[in-house]
Amino acid sequence: MERIVIEGTPKTPTISFDMASGQLEIRGRSIPENSIEFYKPLVEHLEKYAQKPQSNTNVNIQLEYFNTSSSKCILDVFKKLEAIHKGGSAIVINWFYEQDDEDMLEAGEDYQAIINVPFKMVEVAE
Amino acid sequence: MLSFKGDITSELLTSILQIMESKLDTMQEEPKIKKKVYNVLVECLQNLYHHMDEIPRSLNGSSSGIDGENIRSAIFMIGKLDNQYNIITGNYILTQNVEGLKRRLDEINKLTKEELKDYYKAVLNNGEMSDKGGGGLGMIDIARKTGQKLNYHFMPVDEVYSFFSLNIKIAQ
Repeated sequence: MERIVIEGTPKTPTISFDMASGQLEIRGRSIPENSIEFYKPLVEHLEKYAQKPQSNTNVNIQLEYFNTSSSKCILDVFKKLEAIHKGGSAIVINWFYEQDDEDMLEAGEDYQAIINVPFKMVEVAE
Repeated sequence: MLSFKGDITSELLTSILQIMESKLDTMQEEPKIKKKVYNVLVECLQNLYHHMDEIPRSLNGSSSGIDGENIRSAIFMIGKLDNQYNIITGNYILTQNVEGLKRRLDEINKLTKEELKDYYKAVLNNGEMSDKGGGGLGMIDIARKTGQKLNYHFMPVDEVYSFFSLNIKIAQ
Protein backbone atom coordinates (compact mmCIF):
# COMPACT_ATOMS: atom_id res chain seq x y z
CA MET A 1 0.00 0.00 0.00
CA GLU A 2 1.34 3.36 -0.92
CA ARG A 3 1.36 6.74 0.64
CA ILE A 4 0.65 10.00 -1.15
CA VAL A 5 1.78 13.41 -0.02
CA ILE A 6 0.84 16.59 -1.84
CA GLU A 7 2.69 19.60 -0.47
CA GLY A 8 0.63 22.69 0.26
CA THR A 9 0.80 26.01 -1.61
CA PRO A 10 -0.75 29.43 -0.81
CA LYS A 11 -3.91 28.26 -2.57
CA THR A 12 -3.96 24.51 -1.92
CA PRO A 13 -3.75 22.36 1.21
CA THR A 14 -1.22 19.74 2.23
CA ILE A 15 -2.70 16.32 1.69
CA SER A 16 -1.24 13.17 3.13
CA PHE A 17 -2.85 9.80 2.73
CA ASP A 18 -1.16 6.74 4.20
CA MET A 19 -3.09 3.77 2.92
CA ALA A 20 -1.11 1.29 5.02
CA SER A 21 -2.25 2.88 8.28
CA GLY A 22 -5.57 4.29 7.02
CA GLN A 23 -4.62 7.83 7.89
CA LEU A 24 -5.85 10.76 5.76
CA GLU A 25 -5.03 14.37 6.49
CA ILE A 26 -6.01 17.58 4.68
CA ARG A 27 -4.48 20.68 6.20
CA GLY A 28 -4.10 24.35 5.23
CA ARG A 29 -6.12 26.42 2.80
CA SER A 30 -8.08 25.28 -0.19
CA ILE A 31 -8.88 28.18 -2.50
CA PRO A 32 -7.77 27.14 -6.01
CA GLU A 33 -9.70 28.42 -9.02
CA ASN A 34 -9.91 24.89 -10.37
CA SER A 35 -10.56 22.52 -7.48
CA ILE A 36 -11.61 19.50 -9.52
CA GLU A 37 -8.16 19.19 -11.01
CA PHE A 38 -6.52 19.54 -7.59
CA TYR A 39 -8.65 16.94 -5.80
CA LYS A 40 -8.62 14.41 -8.63
CA PRO A 41 -5.52 12.44 -7.46
CA LEU A 42 -6.92 12.09 -3.93
CA VAL A 43 -10.32 10.94 -5.20
CA GLU A 44 -8.59 8.36 -7.41
CA HIS A 45 -6.50 7.05 -4.51
CA LEU A 46 -9.60 6.79 -2.35
CA GLU A 47 -11.24 4.68 -5.04
CA LYS A 48 -8.23 2.40 -4.99
CA TYR A 49 -8.17 2.29 -1.19
CA ALA A 50 -11.89 1.44 -1.16
CA GLN A 51 -11.13 -1.93 -2.73
CA LYS A 52 -9.07 -3.02 0.27
CA PRO A 53 -9.42 -0.56 3.15
CA GLN A 54 -7.94 -0.93 6.65
CA SER A 55 -10.34 -1.90 9.43
CA ASN A 56 -10.01 1.64 10.81
CA THR A 57 -9.66 4.84 8.81
CA ASN A 58 -8.88 8.08 10.57
CA VAL A 59 -9.50 11.37 8.80
CA ASN A 60 -8.28 14.77 9.96
CA ILE A 61 -9.54 17.88 8.18
CA GLN A 62 -7.90 21.07 9.38
CA LEU A 63 -8.67 23.88 6.98
CA GLU A 64 -8.02 27.52 7.55
CA TYR A 65 -9.97 28.67 4.51
CA PHE A 66 -11.80 26.95 1.70
CA ASN A 67 -13.70 28.35 -1.25
CA THR A 68 -17.04 27.17 -2.63
CA SER A 69 -15.20 25.64 -5.58
CA SER A 70 -13.46 23.32 -3.10
CA SER A 71 -16.58 22.60 -1.08
CA LYS A 72 -18.08 20.29 -3.71
CA CYS A 73 -14.77 18.47 -4.10
CA ILE A 74 -14.50 18.01 -0.33
CA LEU A 75 -18.03 16.59 -0.39
CA ASP A 76 -16.86 14.20 -3.11
CA VAL A 77 -13.99 13.05 -0.89
CA PHE A 78 -16.44 12.53 1.99
CA LYS A 79 -18.79 10.55 -0.28
CA LYS A 80 -15.92 8.20 -1.10
CA LEU A 81 -15.27 7.84 2.63
CA GLU A 82 -18.97 7.19 3.22
CA ALA A 83 -18.84 4.29 0.78
CA ILE A 84 -15.73 2.89 2.50
CA HIS A 85 -17.46 3.25 5.87
CA LYS A 86 -20.49 1.41 4.54
CA GLY A 87 -18.19 -1.32 3.26
CA GLY A 88 -16.99 -2.05 6.80
CA SER A 89 -14.02 0.18 7.61
CA ALA A 90 -14.70 2.17 10.78
CA ILE A 91 -14.22 5.83 9.86
CA VAL A 92 -14.12 8.94 11.98
CA ILE A 93 -13.83 12.36 10.40
CA ASN A 94 -12.21 14.86 12.76
CA TRP A 95 -13.19 18.37 11.66
CA PHE A 96 -10.88 20.96 13.22
CA TYR A 97 -11.93 24.58 13.61
CA GLU A 98 -10.30 27.47 15.39
CA GLN A 99 -11.91 28.86 18.48
CA ASP A 100 -14.45 31.57 17.48
CA ASP A 101 -14.47 30.48 13.84
CA GLU A 102 -18.21 29.85 13.68
CA ASP A 103 -18.20 29.77 9.89
CA MET A 104 -15.78 26.84 9.85
CA LEU A 105 -17.73 25.00 12.56
CA GLU A 106 -20.95 25.51 10.58
CA ALA A 107 -19.26 24.26 7.42
CA GLY A 108 -18.32 21.06 9.28
CA GLU A 109 -21.89 20.69 10.52
CA ASP A 110 -23.18 21.07 6.96
CA TYR A 111 -21.09 18.07 5.89
CA GLN A 112 -22.07 16.16 9.00
CA ALA A 113 -25.74 16.60 8.05
CA ILE A 114 -25.16 15.25 4.53
CA ILE A 115 -22.62 12.47 5.06
CA ASN A 116 -23.39 9.28 6.93
CA VAL A 117 -20.05 8.94 8.75
CA PRO A 118 -19.32 9.85 12.39
CA PHE A 119 -17.90 13.39 12.64
CA LYS A 120 -16.04 14.84 15.57
CA MET A 121 -15.86 18.63 15.83
CA VAL A 122 -12.53 19.55 17.38
CA GLU A 123 -11.92 23.08 18.61
CA VAL A 124 -8.32 24.27 18.53
CA ALA A 125 -6.76 27.43 19.95
CA GLU A 126 -6.15 30.29 17.50
CA MET B 1 -7.58 49.93 0.89
CA LEU B 2 -7.21 48.53 -2.58
CA SER B 3 -8.83 48.97 -5.96
CA PHE B 4 -8.22 47.47 -9.36
CA LYS B 5 -9.45 47.69 -12.93
CA GLY B 6 -8.55 45.27 -15.69
CA ASP B 7 -8.39 41.57 -16.43
CA ILE B 8 -8.58 39.24 -13.44
CA THR B 9 -6.03 36.48 -13.91
CA SER B 10 -5.14 33.68 -11.56
CA GLU B 11 -1.80 35.36 -10.76
CA LEU B 12 -3.45 38.70 -10.05
CA LEU B 13 -5.92 36.99 -7.77
CA THR B 14 -3.07 35.42 -5.81
CA SER B 15 -1.34 38.81 -5.46
CA ILE B 16 -4.47 40.67 -4.34
CA LEU B 17 -5.19 38.00 -1.73
CA GLN B 18 -1.62 38.15 -0.42
CA ILE B 19 -1.72 41.95 -0.17
CA MET B 20 -5.09 41.92 1.55
CA GLU B 21 -4.04 39.24 3.98
CA SER B 22 -1.00 41.19 5.10
CA LYS B 23 -3.09 44.40 5.32
CA LEU B 24 -5.61 42.67 7.55
CA ASP B 25 -2.73 41.40 9.68
CA THR B 26 -1.22 44.88 9.97
CA MET B 27 -4.58 46.28 11.02
CA GLN B 28 -4.62 43.66 13.77
CA GLU B 29 -8.12 42.72 12.85
CA GLU B 30 -9.90 40.17 15.03
CA PRO B 31 -9.22 36.68 13.60
CA LYS B 32 -12.95 36.08 13.20
CA ILE B 33 -13.45 39.23 11.09
CA LYS B 34 -10.23 38.68 9.21
CA LYS B 35 -11.34 35.22 8.13
CA LYS B 36 -14.79 36.42 7.12
CA VAL B 37 -13.39 39.27 5.02
CA TYR B 38 -10.81 36.97 3.41
CA ASN B 39 -13.38 34.30 2.61
CA VAL B 40 -15.85 36.74 1.06
CA LEU B 41 -13.00 38.32 -0.87
CA VAL B 42 -12.00 34.97 -2.36
CA GLU B 43 -15.57 34.30 -3.51
CA CYS B 44 -15.97 37.80 -5.01
CA LEU B 45 -12.70 37.62 -6.92
CA GLN B 46 -13.29 34.09 -8.15
CA ASN B 47 -16.80 35.08 -9.26
CA LEU B 48 -15.18 37.76 -11.42
CA TYR B 49 -12.50 35.35 -12.62
CA HIS B 50 -15.01 32.71 -13.70
CA HIS B 51 -17.96 34.77 -14.88
CA MET B 52 -16.94 38.05 -16.42
CA ASP B 53 -17.84 38.23 -20.09
CA GLU B 54 -15.47 39.45 -22.75
CA ILE B 55 -16.38 42.78 -24.31
CA PRO B 56 -15.30 44.62 -27.46
CA ARG B 57 -12.35 46.89 -26.71
CA SER B 58 -14.29 49.99 -27.84
CA LEU B 59 -16.84 49.50 -25.05
CA ASN B 60 -14.16 49.93 -22.43
CA GLY B 61 -13.29 53.40 -23.69
CA SER B 62 -9.87 52.32 -24.81
CA SER B 63 -8.70 53.46 -28.20
CA SER B 64 -5.42 51.57 -28.18
CA GLY B 65 -5.06 47.99 -29.32
CA ILE B 66 -6.47 46.07 -32.18
CA ASP B 67 -9.95 46.94 -33.42
CA GLY B 68 -12.45 44.14 -33.16
CA GLU B 69 -10.44 42.36 -30.51
CA ASN B 70 -12.28 41.38 -27.33
CA ILE B 71 -10.95 42.08 -23.85
CA ARG B 72 -11.73 41.04 -20.30
CA SER B 73 -12.19 43.85 -17.84
CA ALA B 74 -13.62 44.12 -14.34
CA ILE B 75 -13.37 46.47 -11.38
CA PHE B 76 -12.80 45.59 -7.81
CA MET B 77 -12.59 47.71 -4.66
CA ILE B 78 -12.24 47.02 -0.96
CA GLY B 79 -12.30 49.59 1.80
CA LYS B 80 -13.17 50.06 5.43
CA LEU B 81 -15.58 52.75 6.53
CA ASP B 82 -17.20 53.21 9.96
CA ASN B 83 -15.99 49.84 11.21
CA GLN B 84 -17.50 48.12 8.22
CA TYR B 85 -15.76 46.49 5.28
CA ASN B 86 -17.07 47.27 1.80
CA ILE B 87 -16.31 45.16 -1.21
CA ILE B 88 -17.49 46.39 -4.59
CA THR B 89 -17.17 44.40 -7.77
CA GLY B 90 -18.25 45.30 -11.27
CA ASN B 91 -18.15 43.38 -14.52
CA TYR B 92 -19.79 43.30 -17.93
CA ILE B 93 -22.27 40.56 -18.66
CA LEU B 94 -24.35 39.71 -21.69
CA THR B 95 -27.75 41.40 -21.32
CA GLN B 96 -29.43 38.12 -22.21
CA ASN B 97 -28.04 36.69 -18.94
CA VAL B 98 -29.26 39.55 -16.74
CA GLU B 99 -32.73 38.14 -16.09
CA GLY B 100 -31.40 34.76 -14.98
CA LEU B 101 -28.79 36.23 -12.63
CA LYS B 102 -31.26 38.74 -11.20
CA ARG B 103 -33.74 35.96 -10.49
CA ARG B 104 -31.06 33.93 -8.69
CA LEU B 105 -29.95 36.89 -6.56
CA ASP B 106 -33.56 37.79 -5.65
CA GLU B 107 -34.16 34.17 -4.73
CA ILE B 108 -31.18 34.26 -2.33
CA ASN B 109 -32.25 37.63 -0.90
CA LYS B 110 -35.67 36.25 0.04
CA LEU B 111 -34.22 33.60 2.33
CA THR B 112 -33.75 33.76 6.10
CA LYS B 113 -30.50 32.63 7.76
CA GLU B 114 -31.84 29.11 8.35
CA GLU B 115 -33.24 28.84 4.82
CA LEU B 116 -29.91 29.96 3.39
CA LYS B 117 -28.17 27.17 5.32
CA ASP B 118 -30.61 24.60 3.91
CA TYR B 119 -30.34 26.03 0.41
CA TYR B 120 -26.53 25.89 0.59
CA LYS B 121 -26.63 22.23 1.64
CA ALA B 122 -29.13 21.40 -1.10
CA VAL B 123 -26.99 23.01 -3.82
CA LEU B 124 -23.82 21.49 -2.34
CA ASN B 125 -25.38 18.05 -2.52
CA ASN B 126 -27.23 18.33 -5.84
CA GLY B 127 -24.52 16.44 -7.68
CA GLU B 128 -24.07 19.18 -10.24
CA MET B 129 -20.66 20.66 -10.76
CA SER B 130 -19.56 23.23 -13.26
CA ASP B 131 -16.30 22.50 -15.03
CA LYS B 132 -14.67 24.84 -12.52
CA GLY B 133 -16.17 23.07 -9.54
CA GLY B 134 -18.19 25.95 -8.16
CA GLY B 135 -21.67 24.83 -9.02
CA GLY B 136 -23.47 28.00 -8.01
CA LEU B 137 -22.52 28.21 -4.34
CA GLY B 138 -20.57 31.49 -4.41
CA MET B 139 -23.41 33.99 -3.99
CA ILE B 140 -25.19 31.81 -1.40
CA ASP B 141 -21.96 31.62 0.58
CA ILE B 142 -21.45 35.40 0.44
CA ALA B 143 -25.01 36.02 1.66
CA ARG B 144 -24.54 33.47 4.42
CA LYS B 145 -21.18 34.71 5.65
CA THR B 146 -22.08 38.42 5.60
CA GLY B 147 -25.57 37.89 7.00
CA GLN B 148 -26.82 40.63 4.67
CA LYS B 149 -28.82 40.90 1.48
CA LEU B 150 -26.89 40.95 -1.79
CA ASN B 151 -26.96 44.56 -2.94
CA TYR B 152 -26.68 44.52 -6.72
CA HIS B 153 -27.27 46.75 -9.70
CA PHE B 154 -27.56 46.20 -13.45
CA MET B 155 -26.91 48.98 -15.90
CA PRO B 156 -27.55 48.61 -19.64
CA VAL B 157 -24.46 49.56 -21.68
CA ASP B 158 -25.61 48.89 -25.22
CA GLU B 159 -27.96 46.42 -26.87
CA VAL B 160 -25.69 43.46 -26.12
CA TYR B 161 -23.93 44.21 -22.83
CA SER B 162 -24.87 45.27 -19.33
CA PHE B 163 -22.76 46.19 -16.35
CA PHE B 164 -23.31 44.19 -13.17
CA SER B 165 -22.18 45.61 -9.85
CA LEU B 166 -22.30 44.08 -6.41
CA ASN B 167 -21.82 45.98 -3.15
CA ILE B 168 -21.05 43.78 -0.17
CA LYS B 169 -20.80 44.93 3.41
CA ILE B 170 -19.19 43.03 6.24
CA ALA B 171 -20.03 44.42 9.65
CA GLN B 172 -17.73 44.00 12.65
